Amino acid sequence: MSMQPSQDIAPAVSNESDCALRVCGLRVELPDGGDIVADVSFDIRRGEVLGLVGESGSGKTTVAMALLGFARGGARITGGEIWVTTPAGEVDILAADAETLRQLRGAAVAYVPQDPAAALNPAMRIRDQLAEALLAHLPNLPRAEIENRIADAMAEVGLPRTDAFLRRYPHQMSGGQQQRIGIAMAFIIRPAVIVLDEPTTGLDVTTQNRILEVVRHLCDLHRIGALHVTHDLSVISALADRIMVMYSGRSIEVGRVVEVFDDPRHPYTQALLNAVPELQRRNALVSIAGHPARPNQRPAGCFFAPRCALADDQCRAAPVALVEDAPGHFVRCLKSGATATPYGKTLPDHSTLAAPTILAAEGLKVSYGPLNVLNGVTFEVRQGECLAIVGESGSGKSTLSRTIVGMVEFAGKGLTLKSEPLAPLARHRSQAQRQKIQYIFQSPFNSLNPRQSVEAILGLVYDTFFTGTAQDRRAAFVRVLEQVGLQEGSLDLFPDELSGGERQRVSIARALLSDPEILVCDEVTSALDVSVQAAIITLLGRLQQERGLTILFVTHDLALVRNIANRVLVLDHGIVAEIGDVGQIIDHPVHPYTRQLIQNALEADLAHRAMTSTNAQPAA
Amino acid sequence: MADAASGAVGASPRARSGSALTKTLRKALGLRRTQIGIGITLVILLLALVGPFLAPYEPSAFIAKPFAKPGPDYLLGTDVRGRDLLSRLLHGGLAVVWMSVAAATIGMLLGGTVGLLAAYSRNWFGEFLMRLMDVFLALPTIIMVLMFVSLLGAQQWLIVLLVGVSQMPQVARVTQGVAADIVRRDFVLFAEALNVPRYKILHREVLPNVMTPLLVEYGIRIVWAIAGIAALSVMGYGIQPPDADWGLIINENRGRLATRPLGVLAPALLIALFALGVNLMAEGLSSTVSGVARKRSGQK
Repeated sequence: MSMQPSQDIAPAVSNESDCALRVCGLRVELPDGGDIVADVSFDIRRGEVLGLVGESGSGKTTVAMALLGFARGGARITGGEIWVTTPAGEVDILAADAETLRQLRGAAVAYVPQDPAAALNPAMRIRDQLAEALLAHLPNLPRAEIENRIADAMAEVGLPRTDAFLRRYPHQMSGGQQQRIGIAMAFIIRPAVIVLDEPTTGLDVTTQNRILEVVRHLCDLHRIGALHVTHDLSVISALADRIMVMYSGRSIEVGRVVEVFDDPRHPYTQALLNAVPELQRRNALVSIAGHPARPNQRPAGCFFAPRCALADDQCRAAPVALVEDAPGHFVRCLKSGATATPYGKTLPDHSTLAAPTILAAEGLKVSYGPLNVLNGVTFEVRQGECLAIVGESGSGKSTLSRTIVGMVEFAGKGLTLKSEPLAPLARHRSQAQRQKIQYIFQSPFNSLNPRQSVEAILGLVYDTFFTGTAQDRRAAFVRVLEQVGLQEGSLDLFPDELSGGERQRVSIARALLSDPEILVCDEVTSALDVSVQAAIITLLGRLQQERGLTILFVTHDLALVRNIANRVLVLDHGIVAEIGDVGQIIDHPVHPYTRQLIQNALEADLAHRAMTSTNAQPAA
Repeated sequence: MADAASGAVGASPRARSGSALTKTLRKALGLRRTQIGIGITLVILLLALVGPFLAPYEPSAFIAKPFAKPGPDYLLGTDVRGRDLLSRLLHGGLAVVWMSVAAATIGMLLGGTVGLLAAYSRNWFGEFLMRLMDVFLALPTIIMVLMFVSLLGAQQWLIVLLVGVSQMPQVARVTQGVAADIVRRDFVLFAEALNVPRYKILHREVLPNVMTPLLVEYGIRIVWAIAGIAALSVMGYGIQPPDADWGLIINENRGRLATRPLGVLAPALLIALFALGVNLMAEGLSSTVSGVARKRSGQK
């Protein structure tokens, strides 16, 4: 493959001295020659946040790590330049020797990891960890100055600067506080650029919003550039000035956030934006057919062509270059600007079904030792409906879902399935009852046995509930795989040979195999990419219609609720705060807790943010 | 991402998949240290199994004066009683090989079972099992073995059993450690919600996931068993004369270590090589498990 003239068209910087980081023609290769990332060029100005979005496998983390001179798991950086501005002038990170590189990491380019709990040393007090970050680059800093800087850094990220707090260990802090420490450690040296790798995944919406505010503020205050890697488009709209969309190891669209969101020019970007559920209306979710190609199986022409509705022979012929389509707006597409996916149309909200009660809970109580998780939960589920159970982390929604399938023991009056009482634990329930209620786990990476083929995974369920000949068995597997959109060939595969979305489909197939009436879905899309989430949600909606399934959908994502649910149950500290029609609850919440929840969700909502940011920032 | 390469290789999915265990094994086989380990172990095994048929003399036949120098008739010289050293070495390997493997196997079966049960039990029983193992661990192996051997006589099956049992607590600890992480996974919870019998959950869901670390542990246990059994035999509690055994040969010939070192060094070297070979295999396997090998192969 010939190198495209990417250097020439690298987004130009108006004022050279304003530039914090410049990347030209970055290329990262696998040992066998295929590239993970190639032809990536961008720049970050001082005080500017560049949002890097892409789905799993798009190479976004590879690009982020390359800024620190790292390549993961056998990959090597084989081409390109990364110029970072230091007080001593511009330095090419990729040309630096080991000692220079060590000095540059942290001092010129700092990193905020995804999981602060894993990145902070559990055996060190946070003051010592912050001091360590300082001393690594400024070994002669006097003691008093260290203390001052630490106190300033703590104030900047909004944490108490008291001695008692600084003496804490990481496990004595909440997830949000830990991530603030991670951010403080990155900003304390005042680097030119900060690389943030999905720093808010795993935090709830409220905490996420606060953390993003801190990052935005610090970047403005100290004129530090930032590369924010995320799969969450709404995070980008809240935080970033410019956005770079990656697909299959290439940057496919780069531009100002407002422009890209208002007028996405690449078909992939258009599809991606339409895969995000909205809170204020029920939009038709778009899922993208097919999969991104693996690094050494990519097509000759545009990598997105096999999944693109607009692709023609010219698209498939030769690699496409990133070109400046409008001032500051770069697109890697021959059909740039054509509408591949129209703006998602608004659908009417689902309404409450008039159907008999299938499952009822009365005064359900669960406690783990002295901790009461559910304090008397009472509700009814109607046959064939989708009831969403929402709440923040700690509200008891996951416990509730596990109680229903009998994984957690409850006290109180209890549960009834079609007016028959259900025993607290699954093993005390009848075979027929176990068969009727099935559960789908949050993480498809944890819920499938990695040492079993899909056939063996499904076999466990089949052998528990049915007996049949080998042909019957296989036919049942094929039927259920077809329903979830998988092929017969998947039966022989192991979980690590499947993508996240495929694994979740296998989990759904496993649940469907017993021919259940109720499907309990516990945050089933939270570990998945947006376009995959759209596909799974569409699938669940279809199954509800076609099989008359009753779905209990546990989630923290209210926009998703609007898309799939008939009714919503809002859980607050183990008590039902509000239950009702989906449109009613989201548009006219009554309970103060629900109002707060909707308000937080609105702050994180993509459409809402895009709207307000258009109004708030007429020009950069 | 990591298996992108493997995804590209196999034409049919069945050909390339196999279980994850076979994948690990295949990866381990590609490592130099595993290959060397297998080579050494095979040589020793061959020596122990085929040796008796190659030996020029009966192991207990007196053929010359004691401690004769190596010569054309007896390549390695003679031992303390004037028997051919080479023949005794060729005959003396079988015992230590089968005994150490058998002892390690007993240790693995007992310890593995205890460890799995302890990890899966969610009440006092698991705790009780592990504390019991701690008590076992506190007993000095050699003293315990000597006690039983002096009560019941130095019989091979007894020594195998005792060395095996003495390995149990360590195996139980390792198994419990790796299994404790697995039993909390969602797929185990799922099987429980289906009311799958507990033995089946242990066997189907948990055991395959701890197989690779257990295989590594098996290698380590064989090495310890070799050391233990050889030590017992050097002390005279293993194979009884006039039968040949590497440990016993060391014991018999140690009196002339200074002038006729071969009588001690040759059997000692063979025991050491056997242990080294098994250890290299175990290490190759364990580096694949912990991911060290992956990094190294990536740098090529």
